Amino acid sequence: MTMSLIAKDKPAPTISERHVRRSALALFLERYGILLVFMALFIAASVASPHFLSAGNLLNVARQVAIIGVLSVGMTFVILTGGIDLSVGSVLAVAALCAAALKSYPSVVVLVAVLLLGAACGLVNGTIVTRGRVQPFITTLGTMTILIGLGLTASGGEPILGAPKSLVFLGRGQFAGVPVQAILFAIVAALAGLLLKITRFGRHVYAVGGNEEASRLSGVSVDRVKVMVYMIAGVLAALGGLIMAEHLNVGEANLGKGLELDAIAAVVVGGTSLSGGRGGVGGTVIGVLLIGVLNNLLNLLDVPAYTQLVLKGCIIISAVLIQERVSRKA
Amino acid sequence: MSRGFDSGAAAPAENDIVLRVDSLSKSYPGVRAVQDVSFACRRGEVHALLGENGAGKSTLIKILSGAVERDTGSITLDGQPIAPASPIEAQRAGISTIFQELNIITSLSSVENIFLGREHVWFGTVDRRRMRREAQGLLDSIGAHIDLDTPVKRLSIAEQQLLEIAKALAVSAKIVIMDEPTAALSEAEVVLLFAVIRKLSASGVTVIYVSHRLEEIFQICDRATVLKDGRFIKTVNVDEVDRVGLVRLMVGRDFDAFFGAAAPASQNTVLDVSGLQAPGVSDVSFSINAGEVVGLAGLVGAGRTELAMALFGAAPRQHARFCLNGREISPNSPRDAIAAGIAFLPEDRKHQGLVLDLPMRFNMSLVVLGRLLRFGLLRLAEERRVVSNLARRLAISAPDLEVPVRRLSGGNQQKVVLAKWLASAFDLIILDEPTRGVDVGAKVEIYTLIHEIAKAGKAVLLISSELPEVIGVSHRILAMKNGRLVAEFGAGPTEEMVMEAIAG
Repeated sequence: MTMSLIAKDKPAPTISERHVRRSALALFLERYGILLVFMALFIAASVASPHFLSAGNLLNVARQVAIIGVLSVGMTFVILTGGIDLSVGSVLAVAALCAAALKSYPSVVVLVAVLLLGAACGLVNGTIVTRGRVQPFITTLGTMTILIGLGLTASGGEPILGAPKSLVFLGRGQFAGVPVQAILFAIVAALAGLLLKITRFGRHVYAVGGNEEASRLSGVSVDRVKVMVYMIAGVLAALGGLIMAEHLNVGEANLGKGLELDAIAAVVVGGTSLSGGRGGVGGTVIGVLLIGVLNNLLNLLDVPAYTQLVLKGCIIISAVLIQERVSRKA
Repeated sequence: MSRGFDSGAAAPAENDIVLRVDSLSKSYPGVRAVQDVSFACRRGEVHALLGENGAGKSTLIKILSGAVERDTGSITLDGQPIAPASPIEAQRAGISTIFQELNIITSLSSVENIFLGREHVWFGTVDRRRMRREAQGLLDSIGAHIDLDTPVKRLSIAEQQLLEIAKALAVSAKIVIMDEPTAALSEAEVVLLFAVIRKLSASGVTVIYVSHRLEEIFQICDRATVLKDGRFIKTVNVDEVDRVGLVRLMVGRDFDAFFGAAAPASQNTVLDVSGLQAPGVSDVSFSINAGEVVGLAGLVGAGRTELAMALFGAAPRQHARFCLNGREISPNSPRDAIAAGIAFLPEDRKHQGLVLDLPMRFNMSLVVLGRLLRFGLLRLAEERRVVSNLARRLAISAPDLEVPVRRLSGGNQQKVVLAKWLASAFDLIILDEPTRGVDVGAKVEIYTLIHEIAKAGKAVLLISSELPEVIGVSHRILAMKNGRLVAEFGAGPTEEMVMEAIAG
């Protein structure tokens, strides 16, 4: 189609200039505000504790954040569509139980069974949210409770000792001195980042989170996208459960308690909006690292565990407040 | 505080200037929003403020209403210089503004809203009875029939607007500024609002009226001040200019024909609908040929949007069957309809057409992502090429492709929605109110675009509440009423003929 419009000779320079100036600064701060906060904390930590910058300590931090990191990546997808998944902690626990129970089976069977379990949990969540039109918060609150209950019933409330030996590298292995857990987190985050950036599904995730109706009227299968994100969250939570079972050599129904909230905190600190459509995996990785470094620093400084909780809460809120301020000023 | 009306008040005197604005300027970093603007309003006149988006109307209104402070210049109200530093100060001085986003608190009652912040107090308690009596008096004086016992949240937008007008009168406003007051109103409500505006004006209140709908200017306004690029262009008597003359002043150049010229349509039928039933639509039959623009006229609630939704597979629980290019289809979702070759520009671009926080690039490629895939991955460079070509062809004014569409003007936003569909391969495009809330320059560009789409052999179904637009752009016009097609017109019926069919 050829299009010759009258207005070709009608640029509006002043308005455009204003746009450019405002958006360049705003974009930078929106994208990198949390990175600045993280770097500030990192530098402060290096100054406050001489042990912080040692390779051993940093690798330790990387391992400590890996499981919550994998969980947070899945949570990012759900939150980007404007949903929330409170069940990831209990999916993790049930997956860990499952891995422990299957400890005598070949590794492929364990891997497939655990990940399928996670996918199935996500499928249930997604179906209730889309077909049943139940709010994600309530849906996943319900499935969270059900899963913990099922886990406790199946295990009789007792831990199941042991985990498949063939997969122990997932929890305790090292590759070139780097914990395998941390490498897994990096791989998961990188793949998720690519999925969001260069696939049609990724675009649809942002579109659905930004405006469901407009997405539907543009031919996006909104329900399918939503079911998919809960399945991704479920699979990644199950992977987290497998890693944890291998790391601790035990499965237990209460293993995942509270992890869903840590994951949500990391996602939000990483700049992903709870109302959907804005944010990404990059921010989540930084959010995870920020909280991990903070925990580490408080430990190095011998801050009592109870006080740590108070400080952690304050710092999560401050991080978000600072971001808000910075991006609003722009 | 309040005052009643004497509807037999004297007509405004020629030289009775109530508001004078002198050399007003206001700059924001990087933009001179208003430059050296001077104009005057007479007592009791309805004075239009016209201009394209970015012409400086909003800034001017914000200065007058105390929302932003001017840099230089002066404002004189009834001979007194004023410098309102806040909306409350402006109200006290006598300037009330009714913005598009109404200042109504829906959890309060009508009476409480009218007297908000200025409650009558009697021995330390709020004098409800007196407030109620006066509120009733104010509403009566403008001929507004609002039941004071109805919860405000159940009032229509139009009724809430009337409450705001009553609120303005409660503070003895000399000037009432209305910013796009008809944007969310139905035709019947517009008629009612105009009656109220006439009463205001007859009682000596000056109304400053801002609207993109030119025909309203001719219906209700006495004089019009035109702004362009932040500068004052001219103040004219409305009965001394015509539509083309006003447009020329606003855009600063000539348009040979405001609505553009249509090329002849072909004889090949693209869309053939017969006996279509859908929610809000009964027994509708019509066809559109390739290269043809068919206008769909009707009042709000006549079933126009419902028909569009049914054709696009977006209506709930429907079984619409019709022929597209000779093939019978029954789209169950927009996805089906798009695959079959239908494009749909919805009436509410902010809620239905755009993902406001996402970049322009994402919005424009949303429908054609499937075509941009290679091995399941998006070809981002190709996407950028496609999108930037479209942006250039539609003359979208934006700093770059990554700007969130929220930051674009109404006209440019609408062009982004159009671009989204132009990127796709469609045979039929349904345009639901394509020029709503866009400025005159962009309107003309959209008309040109509609003709070009038709010239490329596509079928166009144009839904619009602006009769001159439907009549000016379409080859044929269908009139819709109560979910049925009640009349059909060839090219060029008069507005009266169409209005008779849709409302009579």
